[in-house]
Amino acid sequence: MVEPRSGLGAAFARLRSASATERREWRFAFVLLLPAMIMIGTFVAYPFVRGIWLSLSDTVVGSEGQFVGLHNFEKLWNDSIFRRAAQNTVFYTAAATILKLAVGMVVALMLNNLMGFKRILRASMLLPWIVPTVLSTLAWKWMLDPTFSIVNWVLFQLGLIRFRVDWLGGPVMALWSVILVNVWRGTPFFAITLLAGLQTISPEVYEAASIDGANAWQRFWTVTWPLLMPVTMVVMLFSVIQTFADFQLVYILTGGGPANSTHLLATYAYQIGVATGKLGEGAAGSLAMFPVLFLIVLFQLWYIRRTDSGSPKRGA
Amino acid sequence: MGTNRKRSTRWDLMPRRRFLTGAAVAAGAATLSGLPEIVRAGQAPAYPKGTKLHLLTRINFIPAGDTLFIQQAEEFGKQMGVEVQIERIGENDITTRSTAAIVAQNGPDIIMMQNNFPHLLANGCADVSDVAEAIGKEQGAYWDLSRANAFVGKQWLAVPYGVLSNTMNYREDWLKEAGFSKFPDTYEELRVVGKKLKSMGHPVGQCFGHSVNDPNSWCYPFMWAYGGFEVEKDGKKVAIDKKGTLEAIKLNTAMWKDCFDEGGLSWDDASNNRAFLAGSISVTNNGASIYFVGKEKFPDVAKAMNHAPNPRGPAGRFYHMATHSSAVMKYSKNQKLAKEFIRWYMDKKQYEPWFVAMSSYMIPPTKVWFDHPAWTKDPKLTPFRDSIKDARHLGYAGPPSAKASEALAKYIIVDMFAKAIQGTSPEESLAWANGQLKQIYGA
Repeated sequence: MVEPRSGLGAAFARLRSASATERREWRFAFVLLLPAMIMIGTFVAYPFVRGIWLSLSDTVVGSEGQFVGLHNFEKLWNDSIFRRAAQNTVFYTAAATILKLAVGMVVALMLNNLMGFKRILRASMLLPWIVPTVLSTLAWKWMLDPTFSIVNWVLFQLGLIRFRVDWLGGPVMALWSVILVNVWRGTPFFAITLLAGLQTISPEVYEAASIDGANAWQRFWTVTWPLLMPVTMVVMLFSVIQTFADFQLVYILTGGGPANSTHLLATYAYQIGVATGKLGEGAAGSLAMFPVLFLIVLFQLWYIRRTDSGSPKRGA
Repeated sequence: MGTNRKRSTRWDLMPRRRFLTGAAVAAGAATLSGLPEIVRAGQAPAYPKGTKLHLLTRINFIPAGDTLFIQQAEEFGKQMGVEVQIERIGENDITTRSTAAIVAQNGPDIIMMQNNFPHLLANGCADVSDVAEAIGKEQGAYWDLSRANAFVGKQWLAVPYGVLSNTMNYREDWLKEAGFSKFPDTYEELRVVGKKLKSMGHPVGQCFGHSVNDPNSWCYPFMWAYGGFEVEKDGKKVAIDKKGTLEAIKLNTAMWKDCFDEGGLSWDDASNNRAFLAGSISVTNNGASIYFVGKEKFPDVAKAMNHAPNPRGPAGRFYHMATHSSAVMKYSKNQKLAKEFIRWYMDKKQYEPWFVAMSSYMIPPTKVWFDHPAWTKDPKLTPFRDSIKDARHLGYAGPPSAKASEALAKYIIVDMFAKAIQGTSPEESLAWANGQLKQIYGA
């Protein structure tokens, strides 16, 4: 009989043929894993399953709802604010992630090549990531205030603008402004992780490339970028998940306004579920982002496994 | 002011002490808890030791009102032998906390709810008709707006606490400089005055962002003044698609270009206060908070400013004002005590000093306070009192409902105006709002 090489079947097969010592070790391992399993079950699995049920019901605050099938999703699909929020979310995630990667990479390369003040600079770079989001976003709200913006004041003093810029007022400018704040906040995560990746690349590889006549750009493109790719994909994976579900920045900066021009799926789902008490519709709004996010994550995980298992890497 | 003081009012006709005693006796006879007797006897009722009562409310713009309310709560706690906890949070977060508490079936015993949220959260609120009726009877009946927002179906699901007054705040000195002797009476006149003021570097300022009070306080009355409203009297047929609504959007958009400060799209409720006090804007719709802060920290601004009624349109003069009502939560194990506490702080003995401390920032929910001397002590504040007569509830001309709350929470009316400001045609903005309201009202 051919035994399965992986998966649950293989695990059971191994369990059947295990010695008493191995079984004891496995039981011990299970006990060690149990707290984490309970935590995940309570705080991840249960809310997720409950969310699915809510999205299929007409639950409102204070009363249990009835099963309504996909009615909530259908209603959302016909809702122009939801469609706007979905578009905004995709754009926000794509723009913010690309910018964070670009800026994070530049910062990581600079930090990697620093000769002095390494510790101080690395620690200070992490500040935007460490400061509680609510606090830093409130500071940004003041900085981008249409009447008292210090950003406008500085730009005006430098002669770069003649009239004040309403950073959070226009439909396009407002969305770009919240993207800017997200990039400011998320860049340190990219930079520090990429920096860790950079430090694993052997200097000998760069030396070999230099001897072959590669200039700085060629060394980056043929050595750094491909060797950093696995780390980059992991960072992107986390960032996409976090940015796609972002809530705090928009909630504090604009509340989704003006005229819904900065609403994201998370803020709109919150508005429906909490501000109007329609928990079923709110849950549907939250879950609407799940399939897209799931596909993106699936692709990224597939790509990471592919590169980890030694498939050909570009430029390597 | 002198004339007002001499005017024969209910306050002059009956000495306050006798009035309060009479009211307390009436309340005691009419009700419920027998609290006045308990207080008079100085005996605490039998509440288990360690009983805690938790009230959630918003942080007031007038700190003196909060300080006094907390003191009163402590006093009540002492007399009843219980611990009263007053939790104050930002007003934008009250709804979130209310929803979370109802879902978790755990949280504050009393929540001071805004607007018509007792309709939206009806399933989580206990019937407080006994308390509300007693107070209404004792204090000369409720204003329509207070009743509309707290009376759900056939019962009171919250006891009206007050109405956040708002009206036009303006710089009297700049208006005179611009050649106008009095504040404009209509929106068209305001456009003319505002244009002149803006050309002098003193624009009108109004918030059109997603914020709870100010944007709604401007947009709803503007729409109503031109004959627009979101739903017919039956509360079912969406009726916003009217010539009047379109006219209001067009005029507001024209005013935006001619007279407004262009930062208003991203303002919140505090932005116009700051801008007015900093001298950046000359006119804004707001509560009396600008004036109070001005008197304390910017005396020149306070001296130079005044208040006037909202402009009127062809259909009349209107106000949207946020109400506050005390809801006893259905999940609370202290419902009886909670009702007694509400009855206590709504009693004139407690309510009057609080109302005076709030310096007319909040209009009491009942009519007996209309002639209170506090309104005329400073004539600059009198327009706030008068605004209540022209106030309409959300969802007007239909009955108050959770659907109207949903429209408010989604900023449909505000965004209808904001879209037009951002460049969408008035017709498209109106069509968008019409579609959204149809979805909400299921029409």
